[in-house]
Amino acid sequence: MDVRGRGVLITGASRGLGAALARELAKRGARLFLVARGAGELERVAEEIRAAGGEAHAFAADVGDKRAVHAIAGAAGATIGAVDVLVHDASTLGRTPLATLLDTECEDLERVLAVNLVGPFRLTKAIAGSMAVRGGGLVIAISSDAATSAYPTWGAYGVSKAALDHLQKIWAEELPEVRFVSVDPGEMDTRMHADAIPDADPATLARPEEVAGRIANLIERAGSLPNGTRVIAAEQAS
Amino acid sequence: MMQPAVAPQEDPRLLVLDPQAARWKDTRMRDLADHVREGDLLVLNDAATLPASLAARTGSGDETEVRLLARRPDGRWRAVLLGAGDWRIPTENRPAPPRVAIGEPLLFHDRFLAIVTEVSSLSPRLVTVKFESTAFWRELYRHARPVQYSYLRDALELWDVQTPYASRPWAVEAPSAGRPLRWPLLAEVKARGGRLATLTHAAGLSSTGDPAIDAALPFPEAYEVPRETAEAVSATKGRVIAVGTTVVRALESWAATGILAGETDLRIGPETKLRAVDGLLTGLHEPHASHFGLLQAFAPRPFLERAYAHAESAGYLWHELGDSNLILPGAGI
Repeated sequence: MDVRGRGVLITGASRGLGAALARELAKRGARLFLVARGAGELERVAEEIRAAGGEAHAFAADVGDKRAVHAIAGAAGATIGAVDVLVHDASTLGRTPLATLLDTECEDLERVLAVNLVGPFRLTKAIAGSMAVRGGGLVIAISSDAATSAYPTWGAYGVSKAALDHLQKIWAEELPEVRFVSVDPGEMDTRMHADAIPDADPATLARPEEVAGRIANLIERAGSLPNGTRVIAAEQAS
Repeated sequence: MMQPAVAPQEDPRLLVLDPQAARWKDTRMRDLADHVREGDLLVLNDAATLPASLAARTGSGDETEVRLLARRPDGRWRAVLLGAGDWRIPTENRPAPPRVAIGEPLLFHDRFLAIVTEVSSLSPRLVTVKFESTAFWRELYRHARPVQYSYLRDALELWDVQTPYASRPWAVEAPSAGRPLRWPLLAEVKARGGRLATLTHAAGLSSTGDPAIDAALPFPEAYEVPRETAEAVSATKGRVIAVGTTVVRALESWAATGILAGETDLRIGPETKLRAVDGLLTGLHEPHASHFGLLQAFAPRPFLERAYAHAESAGYLWHELGDSNLILPGAGI
């Protein structure tokens, strides 16, 4: 799919991979609707994209809030028109420092699932039906290595991402008109990574801009991927 | 008298009318695809329903409900003011709203602000307002609720009034004919050789409780027929089935004028010769003037009256969350 002129909704777009992907897709001519909780940071990303000649609209909302979901979908429709590509990038680690499951409060797990799993479910539910009747669309879920490997202290996050991957696969079976892909971006030099592993050496981590380029390439050739597939960004063409 | 559905229904009933054969049949919505043939085209209105009801105060502090009717091409909104009171009081029983003049500020939760820029000669409660916000959609979704109906058991949330394929928020009341179209049903229509197409039509308010305004409804409504949909309609060898009266209005406007996107003031009634649409899936509504008049473009009045009398005696539920009605020549019943 050529993203030029396409409507793209990205959650978690105020920083890290989400912001980098927004900048990259804007450069390629996509029309962006950006969502994140922090209005100030998000507006700066949108403003920077507009200053560079791109189209970006900022909408501050929490994807973990049920009431916010129809507002996000509705405002996106009103500003960029039909959403052609939906990117679920917003996610939370839960409480940091990360804790073992025995030390994880039930409420912390619930909050992680609300943001990383139920939020994407609701937003897909609000948008994928219109993609299906129009005969196409793409839903990308940003996953993690922690979805497939069991790392101690990554319980809540890992479980949420494993479930998100599986959600994508089931959507793909049920709604073949729309393409669903999960992407493991690998370890990146982002604030989320620093929150999780404060003493990691940034030199060993990928830059979000570079990963964003690979994911943008992936979006452009998503039509050739099997529906419901899970891909590793580092194995994609940069 | 037919009873309204007071809550969303899992599997609404479907009254199928074949005006050619002058027959009807009682079925269920889940059996919709039984009536679709290879080559038929189902046209859907993909307008999402926006929260169109705002609790407001005027500049002098009087309470009013601002109900959005339609977005004007210049970004202002046509709106109706209702008197104080909540949704459980039928609109026609609400006290008169405060009188407003041009320049009157309307405050929502004491800050989100609109200004009255026009008061209609039709009725002092029919106004045009301009919202003073740089983040209009965020503020609207924060402060407004969907239009409510006094006969319902519970207040409607925004997710209760969307079709499963809603896209741009153009409708102030749900294009409710499509609400029961769950995806497996649409998939079955496709599996039987039917095709789907979409358009967007800004469904306006069905009534306001003000006789002068209601007599003038429907007002001009915005529509957009994608070129692919227009081509699909022209190329259809089978029947074109509109899902909802809004789809009839949009397709017939395009067919009559050739204009794919704009505002339409087309009224469809007994005398209308349909050019684009063959069949209609719609809700069951009170046989009042405008809805029943539109149905008569599809079937003669005496037949519709007999069918509605049957629906009433058979216990069909009507209104926004009620049962459904398919009017289709050659429905195979």
